[in-house]
Amino acid sequence: MIWDWQYAFDILPDLLYAFVRFTLVATVLGSLLGATLGLVFAIIRRVRVPVLAPLVGAFIEFIRSTPLLVQLFFLFYVMPLAGLTLSALTTGVIGLGVHYACYYAEVYRAGIDGVPKGQWEACRALSLPPRYTWQKVILPQAIRKVLPALGNYAISMFKETPFLALITVPEMVQQAQSIGAIGFRYVEPITLAGLIFLAASYPTAIALRRLETRLGH
Amino acid sequence: MDDFLTDFTPWLDDLLGGLWITVLVTVLGAVGALVIAFAFGLLARAKGRLPRFVARVFIEFFRGTSLLVQLWWLFFVMPNFGWTLEPMAAGAVAFSLNFGAYGAEVVRGAINAVPKAQWEATVALNLTPYQRMRRVILPQAVVGMIPPFGNLLIQLLKSTPLVYTITIIDVTAVTQSFRAAEGNEFFIFTLSLLVYLALAYLITLGMNLLERRAKAALGQREERRPLFRGRDKVGAGELV
Amino acid sequence: MATETALESAAVPAPPGQPIIRFDKVVKRFGDNVVLRELDFEVQPGERVTLIGPSGSGKTTILRLLMTLERPNGGSIWVDGEPLWEVAENGKIRTGSEKHLRRVRKKIGMVFQQFNLFPNMSVLRNVTEAPVRVLGMHQDEADQKARDLLDRVGLLEKADARPTQLSGGQQQRVAIARALAMEPKVLLLDEVTSALDPELVAGVLDVLREVAETTDITMLIVTHEMHFARDVSHRVMMFDEGQVVEQGPPEKIFTAPDHERTQSFLQAVVEQR
Repeated sequence: MIWDWQYAFDILPDLLYAFVRFTLVATVLGSLLGATLGLVFAIIRRVRVPVLAPLVGAFIEFIRSTPLLVQLFFLFYVMPLAGLTLSALTTGVIGLGVHYACYYAEVYRAGIDGVPKGQWEACRALSLPPRYTWQKVILPQAIRKVLPALGNYAISMFKETPFLALITVPEMVQQAQSIGAIGFRYVEPITLAGLIFLAASYPTAIALRRLETRLGH
Repeated sequence: MDDFLTDFTPWLDDLLGGLWITVLVTVLGAVGALVIAFAFGLLARAKGRLPRFVARVFIEFFRGTSLLVQLWWLFFVMPNFGWTLEPMAAGAVAFSLNFGAYGAEVVRGAINAVPKAQWEATVALNLTPYQRMRRVILPQAVVGMIPPFGNLLIQLLKSTPLVYTITIIDVTAVTQSFRAAEGNEFFIFTLSLLVYLALAYLITLGMNLLERRAKAALGQREERRPLFRGRDKVGAGELV
Repeated sequence: MATETALESAAVPAPPGQPIIRFDKVVKRFGDNVVLRELDFEVQPGERVTLIGPSGSGKTTILRLLMTLERPNGGSIWVDGEPLWEVAENGKIRTGSEKHLRRVRKKIGMVFQQFNLFPNMSVLRNVTEAPVRVLGMHQDEADQKARDLLDRVGLLEKADARPTQLSGGQQQRVAIARALAMEPKVLLLDEVTSALDPELVAGVLDVLREVAETTDITMLIVTHEMHFARDVSHRVMMFDEGQVVEQGPPEKIFTAPDHERTQSFLQAVVEQR
């Protein structure tokens, strides 16, 4: 018997619980961390803060060129040595957040560069302080332009949450694996896990594409 | 420091072996992804609605689901349907399908970016669709494909650590063994990060070289020694 | 076929027999915009016809329809006695196959406003590619023919260069060679000098004059170059809103047109120079 509907229904609640409790939480928190930290990175580089800006630049290059999984391992195994013991989920969120912050930084940069030079000049002509310029004029325009890209990276992060399983977070795919290992019946759990992913990411991708056309890309 | 080195040296062989496996998986996955990218990228531009639909479904499915799920599905679930894949094969296939789907979008976009006028010129010369693609459109489209393909290749490399979960002994598998046996997490994970960094850098260099050569094929070469034929026979005021 | 120098041409060169081009009640719409409404006209073999008129009048559309870059919404287009898009079989008309279309279309060549040379090939290969791939010519034979053509347009020494290394006028001359290499019966010229710097225009027009003088190829020309049109054409057709307003020999149309629309158009064009 290839597919057991009863079994599938039985395990679905467990999978959905793991999905919400860990996968979604990790994605949302990771995205928030990434979006915020990425913005900080972008501004530091744009304003060319001495010492910090090139360091941030090197850091971004390093993170973007190395695997997320290895970064997660690094955090998970090395942080306790430095005396920092956090839960697996927290470690995972930090890992995802920092990793994607480096991608977000690039997205923000493109958005900021895309704001017409005239905007900056108008602010200076009106003697508006830098903080105000950034907060009320530049960033709103920049972010509006790059929302679709930000969304795409969030979806990307969502699809990489299973990596957290490998640092012992019992997220959905890990659950699927565990369930499957009981009795070596992997078909239903892993297929369901895949379908839940698709059900979550596909509509979001469509919505993002609509947003993109509405923003006139 | 000294006994640390003696701890590590026996692992060097394993690490090199893992490095070879990582490279192998990357290359196999990349080749497969390239084939699928062109196959489905061209299919997505087909005249008929059915081929386009099939291509669309394929692309959305493999982009919309998690690579790890696809990998585990191929390795753990497929045997139930009677098809058992070797770990290497499962890894290569999973990467080919997943990154091939992303690659298909790149191919489709790059072909669309070739100016419409080029298509029209091929119609005016009565070239068949195959000749058109092979001789005129694809050579021009390929230049635009190289940077995105380069990025995808690096992403593929960064995804290879996943294969340690299906019993492939790559760099990450070796680092995990080392950690379990010797400890010293900081050293081994930093080392592995540097190894991947080096590989990624090599890929970037390679891609840059490739892009330069592709651009040259579109006409930024030095002009070769011309067959001198005397002055122009027609027209006044032509700038040579 | 009679070949005449430009200055002598005043009449249609061949007795009216089978037209080489025939538009039969051709309709072409772009969305809501009807560009051609049941257009009828004929072109005789070896005739040189210039199409003039304001933009949007349909003259470029006519060329594009002939080159099958667009498809008519109604009516039919005949080339050398055969319909482009349909076949007559057993007294019935049905849509022609791709093979049929390609066979009929082979008799037509086109030179574009933007030259459209293939940047990934040398000049020589641009000219030999279609003859080798489509006509099945041997590479050596095609190379030789191409060199002859390039020599005729004065660009033999650029045979190994890339299109991007050439000026606009040079690229257009290569484009003409490329079209001629396929030995078409009809040559369509779509504003071939409009995208060129003024000083490069003469070179291209000289090449076209030479082609007109030394071959009996039928030419349909859309251009704003009135002097050239007067030199080369047997007939000038003035278009407006998809209809033929007036047609006749160039002396008549350019100096003493009947219709007011033709007059006002020509005046506006002359003023621009």
